[in-house]
Amino acid sequence: MTKQTALYSEHVAAGGKMVDFAGWQMPLNYGSQIAEHNAVRQGVGIFDVSHMTVVDIGGSGAREFLRRLVANDVDKLGAAGNALYGALLNETGGVVDDLIVYRRDVGYRCVVNASTRDKVLAWFSDHAEADVAVSERDLAMIAIQGPGAIAMASAVLDMADLADLEAFSAREVGASMIARTGYTGEDGVEVILPGTDAVTLWRALIAAGAQPAGLGARDTLRLEAGLNLYGQDMDETTTPLISNMTWTVALDPRERDFIGRAALEAQQAAGIDSRLTGLVLEEKGVVRHDQRVITDQGEGIITSGIFSPTLGYSIALARVPKQAKGACQVDVRGKLKRARLVRPPFVRNGQRVHK
Amino acid sequence: MSEIPTELRYAASHEWARLEDDGTVTVGISDHAQDALGDVVYVEHPEVGQQVAAQQEAGVVESVKAASDIYAPITGTVVAVNETLEDTPELVNQDPYGDGWFFRIEPDNASDLAELLDSEAYAEVCEADAH
Repeated sequence: MTKQTALYSEHVAAGGKMVDFAGWQMPLNYGSQIAEHNAVRQGVGIFDVSHMTVVDIGGSGAREFLRRLVANDVDKLGAAGNALYGALLNETGGVVDDLIVYRRDVGYRCVVNASTRDKVLAWFSDHAEADVAVSERDLAMIAIQGPGAIAMASAVLDMADLADLEAFSAREVGASMIARTGYTGEDGVEVILPGTDAVTLWRALIAAGAQPAGLGARDTLRLEAGLNLYGQDMDETTTPLISNMTWTVALDPRERDFIGRAALEAQQAAGIDSRLTGLVLEEKGVVRHDQRVITDQGEGIITSGIFSPTLGYSIALARVPKQAKGACQVDVRGKLKRARLVRPPFVRNGQRVHK
Repeated sequence: MSEIPTELRYAASHEWARLEDDGTVTVGISDHAQDALGDVVYVEHPEVGQQVAAQQEAGVVESVKAASDIYAPITGTVVAVNETLEDTPELVNQDPYGDGWFFRIEPDNASDLAELLDSEAYAEVCEADAH
């Protein structure tokens, strides 16, 4: 039985093409994925991301628990409202999930993927001692993204000083949490709130001119922004060090013993032989997940590939030999096509990054 | 409900075929197919002059979602391809039975067209697809 978010009826009424995603009925698009993508790059798009899993971590042991489970260090969160991106690792350094951790007045809030919900809840409860309270919250979540997002959200949420909220920080108002985060490469906020309030907010945003955007646009936007998708660009068989996530691993302080640390240190000592980077197709066509990349340093693999609506050509994330640079080829359904390795992101604040 | 013009013939693989006055057969993909694919971003045509066989690959259509093979609905020789799709692949979504056509075949036997599905039979294929 697939689950429905609080906004399910809104999606159906808006002509959303509903698909099963990680056990949830979610809108793939509302007609044109490209139009939705462009709305986020040029105006304001809104996404129902209520399928994401919200888990609150409380208790006197919460801080030590997250310092052991998250490869990034929650001690970087100096004050309530600060957030950080990081990974849960297994003992071999593989990525169990990626997540955002928010520090709250009391305790922490984690937002993890929908596709990993069961696994992560089990992982948390397996590692939680008696002094840690792990509680999944049944909350909706709306992402408001685009160059006009802050102005619109400020008006609709009646938060005049929303523009002052710093990137990667959050504020709680009543039962709602408003965070300056997103998965599109544009400015915006993500609002975590009770389902009944979500319907009201969704309708108000549409009345204010926001374009509802589906999972399809969410994928093309995040890839243009160079953001990883769990299960595709990294998983339990890949470490952050070969997943363009080294920046999310806090090896200092040395005495912090997080799960996976020893494996990462061993991998570093042995020498890292591959990396996740960006790829631009220089011919017509579209590169896709799992296609072979041929470089002068050996072969690699496309982890995510799309046609970029903003750029007008195909781009990808690819795991390639560490020394590989510049020109390469991709085996697109039996045809070798010219491509080039570049550093992600591909699009930042609506603008092309690479010439 | 997608549009299925009654004057066309269809393959179960969702191509349509139309017999033109000059005896050639124009081929495209159905409204149902374009809707299922989502925004089309790239079309790879067969070569003009290429021999194609019924139910064999004759091209590729890439949408935002996935790549799909295009099958020739009828055996013959490709005599034209719709080059405007190179720069405006969205025509496949906007006008699947008109400006969004893919290629034109000079059929070996025009009578083969009768073996394709009529609109009613094709509607049943789409219906079955939906379940």
